Amino acid sequence: MEVISSWRPLGAVLVSIGAFFLILATGEKRPNLREAWSVGAAIVKFLLVFSLRYPVLEGKIVECRLFPIAPGADLLLRVDSFGLLFGLVASFLWIFTTFYSIGYMRGLAAANQTRYFACFALALSATIGVAFSGNLITFYIFYEILTISTYPLVIHKETEEALRAGRKYLTYTLTAGVFLLFSIALTQYLAGTTGFKAGGFLDGVASPKVLTLLFVTFMIGCGTKAAIMPLHSWLPTAMIAPTPVSALLHAVAVVKAGVFGCVRILGYVFGPELLRQLGLIVPLGLVTSATIIVASVFALSADNLKRRLAFSTISQLSYIILGVALFTPDSFKGGLLHIPFHAFMKITLFFCAGAIYVTTHKENVSELDGIGKAMPLTLGAFAIGAFGMVGVPPICGYLSKWYLCVGTVEAHKPLFLGVYLSSALLNAAYFLPIVYNGFFKGEGGPVKEASPFMVISLLITAAGAFVLGIFPDFLLKVSRIASYAMTEVLGG
Amino acid sequence: MKFPGIEGHWVVLVVVVPLLCSFLCFVLGRFLRRVPFYLALGASGFASVASLAVFLSVIRHGPIRYFLGGWLPPWGIEYRVDGLNAFMLLLVSGVSLLVTIYSKDNVPAEIKGEVTSFYTVYILLVTGLLGIVVTGDVFNLYVFLEISSLAAYTLIAAAEGRALLASFNYVIMGTVAACFYLLGVGYLYIMTGSLNMADLARLLPSLYHNPVVAIALAFFVVGLAIKVALFPLHTWLPDAYAYAPSTTSVIIASLMGKVGLYVLIRLLFSLFDPRYLLQDLPVLPMLSWLGAMAIIMGSLFALSQLDFKRMLAYSSVAQIGYVVLGVGMANSIALTGALLHVINHAVMKGGLFMAAGAIIQTTGKRQITDFHYLHRRMPFTMAALLLGALSMVGIPPTCGFFSKWYLILGAVKKGNLLFVGVILISSLLNALYFFRVLEYVFFKPLSEGSIKRREAPTTMLVPTLVMGGAVLLLGLGNQWVVSIVLKRALEVISWR
Repeated sequence: MEVISSWRPLGAVLVSIGAFFLILATGEKRPNLREAWSVGAAIVKFLLVFSLRYPVLEGKIVECRLFPIAPGADLLLRVDSFGLLFGLVASFLWIFTTFYSIGYMRGLAAANQTRYFACFALALSATIGVAFSGNLITFYIFYEILTISTYPLVIHKETEEALRAGRKYLTYTLTAGVFLLFSIALTQYLAGTTGFKAGGFLDGVASPKVLTLLFVTFMIGCGTKAAIMPLHSWLPTAMIAPTPVSALLHAVAVVKAGVFGCVRILGYVFGPELLRQLGLIVPLGLVTSATIIVASVFALSADNLKRRLAFSTISQLSYIILGVALFTPDSFKGGLLHIPFHAFMKITLFFCAGAIYVTTHKENVSELDGIGKAMPLTLGAFAIGAFGMVGVPPICGYLSKWYLCVGTVEAHKPLFLGVYLSSALLNAAYFLPIVYNGFFKGEGGPVKEASPFMVISLLITAAGAFVLGIFPDFLLKVSRIASYAMTEVLGG
Repeated sequence: MKFPGIEGHWVVLVVVVPLLCSFLCFVLGRFLRRVPFYLALGASGFASVASLAVFLSVIRHGPIRYFLGGWLPPWGIEYRVDGLNAFMLLLVSGVSLLVTIYSKDNVPAEIKGEVTSFYTVYILLVTGLLGIVVTGDVFNLYVFLEISSLAAYTLIAAAEGRALLASFNYVIMGTVAACFYLLGVGYLYIMTGSLNMADLARLLPSLYHNPVVAIALAFFVVGLAIKVALFPLHTWLPDAYAYAPSTTSVIIASLMGKVGLYVLIRLLFSLFDPRYLLQDLPVLPMLSWLGAMAIIMGSLFALSQLDFKRMLAYSSVAQIGYVVLGVGMANSIALTGALLHVINHAVMKGGLFMAAGAIIQTTGKRQITDFHYLHRRMPFTMAALLLGALSMVGIPPTCGFFSKWYLILGAVKKGNLLFVGVILISSLLNALYFFRVLEYVFFKPLSEGSIKRREAPTTMLVPTLVMGGAVLLLGLGNQWVVSIVLKRALEVISWR
């Protein structure tokens, strides 16, 4: 595979670190200038990531080797198809989240907005860093920065409840970080390298017992952010964060960084062959299946809308890991496609929840009767997201689910097919009543939407979910990129 | 013998000039009130320049030997600088320069009465630390050890109040430690007739069967364990660090312990053989276990502290444990981690104590639970505190992460998963108590009243920020530190 070196991956990481300092320097006194930095960084960042699409789609790898950072490892940014997929989604959605945040934070007249936007920018740098990491050490560095930079966002309200949620968040993520660190140290010792390699590099470096242990610690390390049960409980608690944070970080960047890590471990550290030999695919499949079903059931009983969305996220994240872990061409591609598709749908749902909260201060599902009459655009977008989650064509969710389901058949694992299908039913059971009650039940007041910043953002992401279902290669070329990644890992 | 040229004298000047400055300070300070600070600045500034010269020379041309008064060992005293003490010399002089700048506004604010005597003793302390590092003679080392310790007792007591008792505690423990060290020196002298380290290294192997050598080694190790406050001999440290004046806290917390660790490493690795330390008298395994215990116990004690400086002090107990654990594991990667942690901890703990001092001076607050929203009042100091705290927890890319990474790799290489576990769990414990501080500083608003921005004086702020920035730079540049600064040091301690 041809490797070209370029500064652009580094630029994409650094641009929002630059914004971090500019935002802090600008401060509360000039909010418009401050938000201009966020918007500017988001757009520049996206364009930089977007420009990497061309070499990667030509089958090249874009590399930016910086300097040695640890014994035997460089600080290495290396953009392959899978990293690009995640980077594109995160940086594209950051643009809309920024606009949405402006509307949301000003709508609530929230305090400490400088810190909010600054930490958001830092978190996005870390996310792109995670996406572009070329080895485990670099990955770990950005992964930990992501943990730390999102902590102030989780506890943004600074109430005792928020601080408690923050402590829980840190307890889970830092403990996971420790497991991850241990795994990386063991990998470095056993294999002498930590560089990601499509198809894995651990084959034959140690006994099956040691490798199994390594796999478990790796999965605890990355699975906590990916909210695999029973390591999930930080995520519903973290919903105390402002809604844009929940939208981008707890549906796209942070949790998907965990999923991204899991996929890297599965496909680029262990590899399909080794995992089959070790017999680890079925156990992982069972754990993720249990997560899918149990989280859906929890979602059914959650009355707080954001909490319901959080449990839905937990279940959808395990869709991805299960799909990837089955390692058939369709399941793998379906898993990867579910990263952008779920991102578009879930961010729309969160945006709607936030818009409803800012306008009406309602956050419980039971209070939302008739909300569609007052906020038709918002609930319309919500309906698109909800139908997509259930898997109704032509919204993009059906497409990834189709691949995932075909994949289970290819893998001859009908149990997992059952899991996917029953989860779709559960999705319908917890999402559709909201839409139905919102439009058809209760008294609606006069039409009163949230600020245009928010409404336009959520309409765009909803439209994105719609368009991607019909033209999966529209603009971001996610489908082609996912196919590339699949070919790399599964070897054609 | 050939007398060295002027550049050869840096080694001795680095000690002599501060020593003279100390006397000058005592005399001139009586008449001129501003002189003591500038003498201290001059002394540490000169020491920094001289150290840099020595360091560069060692890196380029190898070890420097200097015979005081032209007397050859074993009769005369030899100053010998190789890779191991060259970087220590740079660390000690560089940090003390920053601390001296920090002291300008801090000492007059915190020390009642005249500052002349404070600075006189302060310069003596720096002299003692530099002397310990450069000397190649075990008895001369004892002399400097006592100079620095006596100076430290005095500087702690300068805060009065509870510091007096803390200092007295330290005097008792420190004196016992010094006696042990001296007894060790005495036994070796009886056996070999030499006090010169290079001589001793040559003569000792033939005497390993002799129990006196074992007893001498035991005295050395226990004496130094007290000096560096290795758990369970750490009891003097928390009070001494917590109640000392801020300037004193910074210098003893970032340098005294490190110099003690240097002596431990020097004696173990330059005088003795690995077989002896691993099998005949298993000092190294014992040290590694004590280090592991220190890490856990120090962190647990730190968890229960409400006084910020006391918390930092207990955290030092844990961090000393890291270094000792790395030394005890004694493989090359763990030793790299240990030496790297000596540098990193000096910088991050120095920065944290500087921030603590700045908080006390501008707000009078010592309790963590009074730190509500301090970032509004002193944003830059708190930025440095944040970096220091993250580094203590071991969040990359701060430097604290990378020394831990080496230690973890060393423990994995050693095959001791328990040590790996200890290092990993301790970073979680560190997170527990440091994030509690960060929560108050950044996220807990005051219930009433507004907060006016009021930073510490510039002379305190700048060194604090330099330390904070160094935490990041040392982290990102850790491979340069290892390959340039520590390369020669590792050559010295990786056994023949």
